[in-house]
Amino acid sequence: MDLLQNLAIGFSASLDPVNLLYCFLGVLLGTLIGVLPGIGPTATIAMLLPITFGLKPETSLIMLAGIYYGAQYGGSTTAILINLPGESSSAVTAIDGYQMARQGRAGPALAIAALGSFFAGTVATMLVAVFALPLTEMALQFGPAEYFSLIFLGLIASVALAHGSVLKALAMITLGLLFGLVGTDVTSGAQRFTLGIPDISDKLEFVSVAIGVFGLAEILRNLENESDRQVAIKKITHVWPTRDDFRQMVGPVLRGTGLGSALGILPGGGAILSSFAAYTVEKRISKTPEAFGKGAIAGVAAPEAANNAGAQTSFIPMLTLGIPANAVMALMVGAMIIQGIQPGPNVAIEQPQLFWGVITSMWIGNLMLVMLNLPLVGLWVRLLTIPYTVLFPAILVFCSIGVFSVNSNVFDLYTVAFFGLVGYVLIKLGCEPAPLLLGFVLGPMLEENLRRAMTISRGDWTVFFTRPLSATLLVIALLVLVLVFLPSIRAKREEVFQEEG
Amino acid sequence: MQIDTRELACGGLFVAFAAAFAYGTVDLPLGSALRMGPGYFPLMLAIILGVLGLVIIFKGLGRAPSPIGGVPWRGLLFILAGPIVFGLTVRGLGLAAAIALVAAIATLASARAGIRLMLLLTLSLTVFCVIVFSYGLGLPYALVGPWLAPFLPGR
Repeated sequence: MDLLQNLAIGFSASLDPVNLLYCFLGVLLGTLIGVLPGIGPTATIAMLLPITFGLKPETSLIMLAGIYYGAQYGGSTTAILINLPGESSSAVTAIDGYQMARQGRAGPALAIAALGSFFAGTVATMLVAVFALPLTEMALQFGPAEYFSLIFLGLIASVALAHGSVLKALAMITLGLLFGLVGTDVTSGAQRFTLGIPDISDKLEFVSVAIGVFGLAEILRNLENESDRQVAIKKITHVWPTRDDFRQMVGPVLRGTGLGSALGILPGGGAILSSFAAYTVEKRISKTPEAFGKGAIAGVAAPEAANNAGAQTSFIPMLTLGIPANAVMALMVGAMIIQGIQPGPNVAIEQPQLFWGVITSMWIGNLMLVMLNLPLVGLWVRLLTIPYTVLFPAILVFCSIGVFSVNSNVFDLYTVAFFGLVGYVLIKLGCEPAPLLLGFVLGPMLEENLRRAMTISRGDWTVFFTRPLSATLLVIALLVLVLVFLPSIRAKREEVFQEEG
Repeated sequence: MQIDTRELACGGLFVAFAAAFAYGTVDLPLGSALRMGPGYFPLMLAIILGVLGLVIIFKGLGRAPSPIGGVPWRGLLFILAGPIVFGLTVRGLGLAAAIALVAAIATLASARAGIRLMLLLTLSLTVFCVIVFSYGLGLPYALVGPWLAPFLPGR
């Protein structure tokens, strides 16, 4: 009963014409950047954060969320049509999707991807709605010790599930945590690491850091090998899948949805991991594994369902606990803070409009995407002919204006350049930038909860292990840490992420 | 002995960051575990970061260098200059001129853009951004700044 009531509140918010418009703009923009390789949802959301400043909180979050899951749809379109995944989460879709397109079945492949995504999105949205309240209530029982352990687990798990070197990811998180502490210490009022610069006496601007490491560093990475994109696709004749196609996609879509939903909730999970895991599972349980790589329907349906489900359920920890599971969610937390909302379990109680509005908007957004994606395929493909030479000056200009508009402070722009340089150098040295941003957002939270827990326990470190919930979380974190460093698991992990490269 | 230069540089960079942050905590009270001072947690993190950096270096010993790949020096220079130039000029020259400057500088970052593309892009981006940000979103910044005021007609 409660659920229905809450959904009603949600739909009244998400069906508001203004929110509907911004939801549409979000998914449209998401699809657009999903189609374009070289610019991802993280950079786009970072770029748009300042613009959402003037919007109502729920409107801005609805739009930003739309960009994230919209990008999953867009990425698969180009993966199928021209074997060029617009997003890394669609990389596996390209394997069988492009083969289907070459066999003249591009239309059904696109339809399978879209319908699978829509089904997964619907289920995942329902899951978010059902689990949001119980989790929120549980979170309200959390003390500082539990919060510390939970954030710790989140950080560790995000390392384990990310690709690349574990050591480097740990170092990136630690560095991010340190950068997050720059500015005034809330408890003592002391200035930390400000180098006497008054502009950062409060804190480093989150938007500048995000745009530096994701926007600028990403442009630089793309400038390394500028090349023209050759786009040649066959005309799409028929779109609707045959009855046989439908029969073949039911199982993979269901499994992909389940797997994606589960992996999305995990810290560090989300769309990318979900799609890879779903593809691997399908191939393993298939009666005809040899069909994979040659245009298997399951190879399109499962990862597409999984990446969309994962994208949706990764909102659960962010919405209920205020703890971001990946870089995009870190940006959403940033967007809430900009709006003056403290993310955490209180959001569901104090801002039901926002909380349920965002959840229900995801379903509406998914519906829009299905209707938008199939008829507009031709347009999206034509967009690919825009050369990068034209694209990145526009990105740089938008970034500059955007950063400046947050605080009207020119120093924030110098911060962007600094973090652009640091981010790019670290990328060149084999470090992924996402953990840094995650650490940056969580740094102050981690410290505050550590301090409060220690004060309550009178300086006794064992508090983290004597409180059962906190101990459980820490034990899981340690297990994860041990597991990633075990040689056999490490080899397996590298194998899984190998396909990504 | 072989050394993986990329790992060496990577670990070295983390150690350098750790040292800098640790040095930054010198003047901060550490406090005790019961009442942590502002220096306690950052120093802890700096030590962890330093250790991680050293382990990364250590693991790079005796391994063949990993490829780093080319660096787009020209792009690096102009892309990083973009926001800095915007910051230096947006107050003085105003929003319109600052946008035009960033757009022009950004096109220089690519070896492929000729002068015609540069002019075309600069012009269209400036017009687009002025319409969207200044008129559309109503950002409260002067389009023409004080440095340009003497050159305006009708004064």
